[in-house]
Amino acid sequence: MTNLLVWPVLVPLLGGLATLLAPRLANPLGLACSLATLGAAAALVVVFADQGPMILALGGWAPGLGIALRADGLSVALLAMSSLVGLAAGVYATGYFADPDVRGRFWSLWLLLSAALHALLLSGDLFNLYVTLELLALVAVALTALGGGRAALEAALRYLTIGLLGSLVFLLGVTLLYAGYGTLDLVGLAGALRPEPVAWVALSLLTVGLLIKSALFPLHFWLPPAHANAPAPVSAVLSALVVKAAFYMVLRLWFDVFDPALTQAAANLLGVLGGAAVLWGSWRALRAERLKLLAAYSTVAQLGYLFMFLPLLLALPPGPSRDVAFGALVLLALSHGFAKSALFLGAGVIQQRAGHDRIADLGGTARALPVTTFVLALAGVALIGLPPSGTFLAKWQLLASAIETGQWLWLPIVGIGTLLAGAYCFRVLGHAFGPSDRVGAALAVGGEEIPALLLAITATVVLGLGAAGLWEFLALGTAFDGGSR
Amino acid sequence: MLPEYIVFGLTGIGLFVIGLRAALVQAAALARILAINVAGTGIFLVFVTLAYRGHDAAPDPVPHALVLTGIVVAVSATALALALVRRLPATPGEDGDD
Amino acid sequence: MSLSNTLPALILVSSLLPGLAIFLLREDSHVLRTSLNMFGAIAKVILVGVMVWGVFHAQSFETRWTLAPGLDLVLSADALSVLFVALSTGLWLLTTVYAIGYLEGTPHRSRFFGFFSLCVTATVGLAMAGNLFTFVVFYELLTLATYPLVAHKGTPAAVRGARIYLAYTLSGGLLLLIGAVWLRTIAGPVDFVEGGALSDLSGLDPTALRWIFALLIIGLGVKAALVPLHGWLPQAMVAPAPVSSLLHAVAVVKAGAFGIVRVVYDVYGVELAGTLQLLPVLGAVAAITIIYGSIKALSQDHLKKRLAYSTVSQVSYIALGTAILGPLATIGGVVHLVHQGIMKITLFFAAGNYAENLGIHKVSEMDGVGRRMPGTTLAFTIAALGMIGIPPVAGFVSKWYLGLGAVEAGVAHWVLPVLIASSLLNAAYFLPILYRAWFKVAPTAWPAEQVRGGRLEMPGALLWPPVVTAALALAIGLFAGAPYSPLEWTQLIAAREYGL
Repeated sequence: MTNLLVWPVLVPLLGGLATLLAPRLANPLGLACSLATLGAAAALVVVFADQGPMILALGGWAPGLGIALRADGLSVALLAMSSLVGLAAGVYATGYFADPDVRGRFWSLWLLLSAALHALLLSGDLFNLYVTLELLALVAVALTALGGGRAALEAALRYLTIGLLGSLVFLLGVTLLYAGYGTLDLVGLAGALRPEPVAWVALSLLTVGLLIKSALFPLHFWLPPAHANAPAPVSAVLSALVVKAAFYMVLRLWFDVFDPALTQAAANLLGVLGGAAVLWGSWRALRAERLKLLAAYSTVAQLGYLFMFLPLLLALPPGPSRDVAFGALVLLALSHGFAKSALFLGAGVIQQRAGHDRIADLGGTARALPVTTFVLALAGVALIGLPPSGTFLAKWQLLASAIETGQWLWLPIVGIGTLLAGAYCFRVLGHAFGPSDRVGAALAVGGEEIPALLLAITATVVLGLGAAGLWEFLALGTAFDGGSR
Repeated sequence: MLPEYIVFGLTGIGLFVIGLRAALVQAAALARILAINVAGTGIFLVFVTLAYRGHDAAPDPVPHALVLTGIVVAVSATALALALVRRLPATPGEDGDD
Repeated sequence: MSLSNTLPALILVSSLLPGLAIFLLREDSHVLRTSLNMFGAIAKVILVGVMVWGVFHAQSFETRWTLAPGLDLVLSADALSVLFVALSTGLWLLTTVYAIGYLEGTPHRSRFFGFFSLCVTATVGLAMAGNLFTFVVFYELLTLATYPLVAHKGTPAAVRGARIYLAYTLSGGLLLLIGAVWLRTIAGPVDFVEGGALSDLSGLDPTALRWIFALLIIGLGVKAALVPLHGWLPQAMVAPAPVSSLLHAVAVVKAGAFGIVRVVYDVYGVELAGTLQLLPVLGAVAAITIIYGSIKALSQDHLKKRLAYSTVSQVSYIALGTAILGPLATIGGVVHLVHQGIMKITLFFAAGNYAENLGIHKVSEMDGVGRRMPGTTLAFTIAALGMIGIPPVAGFVSKWYLGLGAVEAGVAHWVLPVLIASSLLNAAYFLPILYRAWFKVAPTAWPAEQVRGGRLEMPGALLWPPVVTAALALAIGLFAGAPYSPLEWTQLIAAREYGL
């Protein structure tokens, strides 16, 4: 059954090629592939829940020389989110791009992105991670530029240059590790690693490279223009999934590979940067004039919360309390992914219906687009961290861990971040509920509002009420370090 | 005289630092892309050097394979960057919406 | 699956599902929306009736749903929760009738009634919360459900009022959350237990417990409108009348007051709260709020604002009763939860009728309104007299027990002056209204009179709710000693809290 690991990568890869060859059929082909990818992911979830971690040595070559795919709770959970968000964004995109050429290009790139992301999530060795991360970045850049405007091209170029710098630093770290330990297989490395300078330098290089890619403050500057200027379905995927990929690698490397070499001080540093990201990102989101820019800055802030978990995880003793906090972290990442993609799709609907996404001119939206307004509200609930969203539970756990480990600094940061998030979300809703100087907007519920609605409901209701299953899922073990986490 | 592999390694590191500095300092897009390529080449050089296992032994194949892949990635990235740079001047600027 | 573990969930669902369904309705499907509303309201009354009966016969009800490791959503029924559930369910039924009449012909009714149902769902969930975590969840949900109701009209004033409301309640919710997480971390899952969940735990750091108490009470104090956290309440007056009724009488301020009662009695317990010296501060804040609210009410010409400041003052009777140690004061405070609700909802219904029928928004426009709208004004009069504390209306019973409790606890020297001063102030801001309404000569023209046919002064859906609640306020005062009366029920609660 371990061959299942291939399909979430292979299906979108073949689909990407197919849509490239037959751009006229891009919509049906793309949708079919997205559905099939979701099916593959669902099968993976079911089999994983039954059998636990899976390893597949491709072509029968042993890890070390050959390439191994591995799946554990973390990667399967993110993969499931990716295929769901991907399908929703794809369905929305079918109606979003009017030009069939652009639509065809969107589908090939988007399926390729899916393949790269899934390969990244299932990769068991460091060089593979590098290649998939790079592939992901290249495709993401191309997707950002898809809109074709000057702002989009400039943002894409900046995104690419910064991303390349990040991957170079990362690659230097990889080189150093190979020099030190003679292997790039994650499990092999985990076994060989000692707390010594080569490990520390390599970890620093790898981490810095990934911080650039995951846009942690103060390395976030490339993200807002890229995410705000990309076409809406692309922004959704970039914010929900692509930045999470780099964070996933941080998590994977820190806790599965480098565990013996970690120091609390390093984790604290990332936590402080995360805290600064929460404050700065939320503040900028509050000041943003356009809805998509607001959403982009909100992503900067939400990534900060993810990094704030690192010092807490490290301070908690391995065992039940660390597992609970780890589950909360994953829950936060998932909830944010669904909520943020919903927000971007909602912003896209408004942008196309109203011709703009200026927050100050949103008056009358609640009347003209009630479903989309509802989407903004639901996504807002998840971004603020109010019940019944999954974010609320994650934030509860974040605060609990902070109190438990005596790291009181995170309390005021979470508090201020929450209030700022409340302010920027309800600022949008306040305008949307406000009076309109425009008359006679269309009232019907458009089909294009449905994907965003489903994503928002997933973030706010499904993940909130069904969260308990996630911890059980993660507790099924990991394929990456022989189960020491 | 230093052993060759040290010379290669140090040269690689040197190239990386020169490239990185230029990529951060240069404002022109084309110069940055070139700088990133220089830095990348530096890393590849270090990586290839790691394959050295003495004059009598065959070199470790893994770094070679990895560097080949790395070069493919670098070429694609450069191509994409150049394509973007080329399209930029032809695209009119606009205000506000994309 | 039996009634004992599904009934709390069913009570929640009885307003949640109609609420969600109403969102999907077209604006013009009037009959279907009304039917759904009434079906939900009546179903809830029946279900709550079953629960009251069960709790009276010592049956236990609990629905439990695990959300995360160590975090259970628990809905259960004890004597205190049943009191609040019954109050909100009963008043919701009346408010629904009133709102259907009030909003007839206005736009966005599906949105309004959808959130209206969610608001009651959150209130009832909060009432049945079996632990502090569940309480926090529903406390935040209540904020979310009421925001669109306050902003409903979409005017700049409404949007502004809603924004202020939100700023206060989100901040309050955050402090409550931090307090609750902190307590959960040092004391484990804090289930609400009669006598106090913490009373069985010894060795907890008293300093931490005091900080947590402060966080919880400030967080709750925002919704309960304790001075200086009351600023949102007068601003939220821009909402439509049924919303004001609900905010003031049942849902929002009561959620805060109810939370204070829960924290003092069922989390800390009277004994620990006394040992930690937590209550004198709460009592002082409550006393200041009572006096301050009354003084502010005096100078308001806007009728709804005067009622709003009156709410600020009256709700703190509940906090005051909680802050005085001893079963009699507890009875006085907790029973006021019900009494104030019934009286205040009457006043807001009446204020809504004046505005709707004659365009009267100010006290100074009320000259002679009694003759023009006798039914509404009679209801207003009974409720206002009750607020002052004139027997036999319900408000007298609350004040009587508060006074007795103060004597019993030996704090009469400061509580009685507060009660007397407050009653005098209440009289000073209510009696002039009554005088104007009944004895002054009506103006030649009302500010904005609605012309309508019919025998009654108002459509029945608007007239009957205040008349019924006024009659109720009179009845529960007159028959305070009868079985199942709020007073009887509260005595049961006090007996259990003090282990008598």
